[in-house]
Amino acid sequence: MTVTGEFPTAQSALPAAARRRRLLDQDWQKLVRAGAILAFGQVFIALSGMPVTFDRRLLIDPILSLGYLSLLWLPLVVGYWVGREQVLEGMTAYARGGRDAMAGAVAGLLGNAGLTLLVVGITHFDIRDPLVNWSPQLLEILEFGESVWLGALIWPVIGAGTGALGGGMHWASSRISRTTVIVLLSVFGTAVLESVITDLTQGFHIEAVSDWLYGPKRGLTYPAAIVVAVAAAGVMTGLAAFRDSSARAAEAARGERATTVGGSGATRPRWRRIPTRRLVNLVLAVAAIVVLPLFLGRLTNELLANVGLFILLALGLNIIVGLAGILDLGYVAFFAVGGYSVAVLTSPGSPRFDAEIPWFGALFVAMLLAGLAGLFIGAPVIRMRGDYLAIVTLGFGEIIRVLLLSDWLSGTFNGAQGITNIPGVEVFGLATVRGFEPRSVLYLVLVFCAIAVYVSWRLENSRIGRAWMAIREDESVAEAMGVDTVSAKLMAFVTGAVLGSFSGAILSAKVGSIFPHSFAIIVSIVILVVVIFGGMGNIAGVIAGAVVLIGVLGGPNQPGLLQEFAEYKILIYGALLVWMMLQRSEGLIPSARRARELHVDEMNQDAWLRAQVVADDVANEGGNREKGRP
Amino acid sequence: MLEITGLHVEFGGLHALNNLDFTVEEGEIVAVIGPNGAGKTTFFNVVSGMVKPSEGELIFEGRSLLGLDPNKITARGIARTFQNVRLFNNMTVLENVMVSQHCRTHQRMFDALLQTRRFRTEEEQVRIRGQEVLGFFGTRLTGYRFDQPASMLSYANRRRLEIARAMATSPKLLLLDEPVAGMNPVESAELTQLIGKLRNEMGFTIVLIEHDMSVVRDISDRVVVLDHGEAIARGSYAEVSANPQVIEAYLGQTSDGN
Repeated sequence: MTVTGEFPTAQSALPAAARRRRLLDQDWQKLVRAGAILAFGQVFIALSGMPVTFDRRLLIDPILSLGYLSLLWLPLVVGYWVGREQVLEGMTAYARGGRDAMAGAVAGLLGNAGLTLLVVGITHFDIRDPLVNWSPQLLEILEFGESVWLGALIWPVIGAGTGALGGGMHWASSRISRTTVIVLLSVFGTAVLESVITDLTQGFHIEAVSDWLYGPKRGLTYPAAIVVAVAAAGVMTGLAAFRDSSARAAEAARGERATTVGGSGATRPRWRRIPTRRLVNLVLAVAAIVVLPLFLGRLTNELLANVGLFILLALGLNIIVGLAGILDLGYVAFFAVGGYSVAVLTSPGSPRFDAEIPWFGALFVAMLLAGLAGLFIGAPVIRMRGDYLAIVTLGFGEIIRVLLLSDWLSGTFNGAQGITNIPGVEVFGLATVRGFEPRSVLYLVLVFCAIAVYVSWRLENSRIGRAWMAIREDESVAEAMGVDTVSAKLMAFVTGAVLGSFSGAILSAKVGSIFPHSFAIIVSIVILVVVIFGGMGNIAGVIAGAVVLIGVLGGPNQPGLLQEFAEYKILIYGALLVWMMLQRSEGLIPSARRARELHVDEMNQDAWLRAQVVADDVANEGGNREKGRP
Repeated sequence: MLEITGLHVEFGGLHALNNLDFTVEEGEIVAVIGPNGAGKTTFFNVVSGMVKPSEGELIFEGRSLLGLDPNKITARGIARTFQNVRLFNNMTVLENVMVSQHCRTHQRMFDALLQTRRFRTEEEQVRIRGQEVLGFFGTRLTGYRFDQPASMLSYANRRRLEIARAMATSPKLLLLDEPVAGMNPVESAELTQLIGKLRNEMGFTIVLIEHDMSVVRDISDRVVVLDHGEAIARGSYAEVSANPQVIEAYLGQTSDGN
């Protein structure tokens, strides 16, 4: 935290052109701190078991396995991070150069010394008892199958190298560094997404592509990796050239127009506009969504269907948490009600009702029951606020699961054995949706997602939507302004519950069997993480959150794109959530409101500046001057 | 219009309001003054239903307000502002006055989902009424400000929006809690005039809490002075300001001989 370290006083006296620093003119304290963090991270990753688990998973055929990659990426990131420097407004930035690479190298060296310690530690001590991965296998990987000496010495060297690469990113122009990142990510992506890409090429009948890309032992072949890298670099360069030319065109166009005094903020009267371009994009997106599943393979369709189930859940929870501001930690209850209602009513194997009701009839009952459950859970918690409310909803979520599991109700729900033999969905004699046909499931899910999006969108801009937002902002004031808070909050619970029950109902028909353990508390947590990660209160954000988290990492019981990481899913969830809250607390695609809420100060300052500009304009026109205060 | 008799409010043994009698006639502007901690805001909280009295009776237009939730009281025609401006900061200016028409509107969720005629006409009415109410404050809250979040308004405009939001509930009685607090003299003179207009043109009956004596003098028909939860004086501004008990409450007891 030393200011003098970041801005050496001796330097600031020099003229601006000479703001260049020697290689060893470093903020050593910062580097040591970064090294310590890196060391902790590397040892943590090593002991989490990732290197051992992923050792056999080749990414690029002979050279790189996912196991080694798990130990390579962090020095790169930390190297980049130590080279980062904030340039304050009005100050001349230091010239970037070898010093940045040096900083990265030092941090990487220090950090990977942690792995050296680990190598030495594993050879001399045995603490496998608490640390399962403190094992000879890990040691072998860290030694590259050679000797302890090699292992102990090579890691700091690797760390210095990758760290220097990370720090060197600042040295290179932003275009080059961006291209490098994209190239690395493309190679990594093509390698990790092997199964999905194979699935896709089968869908489009171009299996030859995947046969060529991937070797017999999985993993990209050597030449394929180079081709992917070159292709990615080519695309990036092409894009940059295109952007340059369009920027030049825009520049030329701007030159012709007279420049306005107030800047864009002052001349734009409305905050939200819906340009026609957005409408066109929307239509194209819908068309793509409808057509695409036809070309996708089983695996991808299955994956997208799972994403869709979570989009439904997240949209439902978004109404409760994002719009009405009620922190519900037991949302899985509504998922369970939907799933079990359909299971009990449609399955010939359900213990109580052997009458087999068609799925749509059962769905109707499920909606009713979920709505009732929303009322039952909502009614007692409606008078509570904040933490208390969250804890009580958490309890209700568990109560539902325990009831499903209980002996008392096993006559209906069959306890831990669950309900099996749930038939698929007969869509009015036109088609049948069954779990073993993921494409049909995906279409069914998409229809319900469309319904949920429509409902969320319409309700947000209505009397009840405004009431929810007012409650989120300040509940007692909302009540004093005539909002019936009790019924509005109950409506939020009921609406969210019904949307959640859709998801459960589809899950039942998709999987064909249903068990209480599918509705554990982790499901509630994951849905909440999806909503927070994506952007609370924003439909697009929630969808993006589900696609990224559930699609890429996978749901609590569903595999995602990165199937390899299934074991570490929750760890990655946690890390992502922490990072997100620190760096971008409003979520991936924040709602305008939510972003405002979290950046009120900055926004107020902007508004003040804008007000000043407007006031100046008014004064210049000789009109009344606005007495604006910040 | 509003008759309050024998009002007691206790917070764990502390008498915030003690045997308070209070009446407001239709069309009056009544100022409630008193030193800090006299119970003025508590009095507003009781009338607006946010605090339940331990004893006493509140009759509004012949019917009791006791036991009603704040939103029901607002629906009956009493609206309030808050001393420490409590707007819905992340909603736009227009949304702030739209949401407070909640109790005057009737659309149901299904209207919104099906976009029925009732929904569309009512939304339009709510929007127009909101714009009218904001238009009452001149151009300060209109135009591009409609779609600005309330948090971006200047302090004085936030105070104005608070009043607008209360007006949008279509009340008969308006409770203003220190409407000009923190404003400069020009702004406060302007708002004073506006409060007069609220009564004369919009027909609201107004009770206001105010510390700024010039405002109290200019617009109030009657003044009620609270101290330690009790009404120690009532009457016109001139009468009250000459009352030795009032002077004592504000300035402290003079020592003997001085």
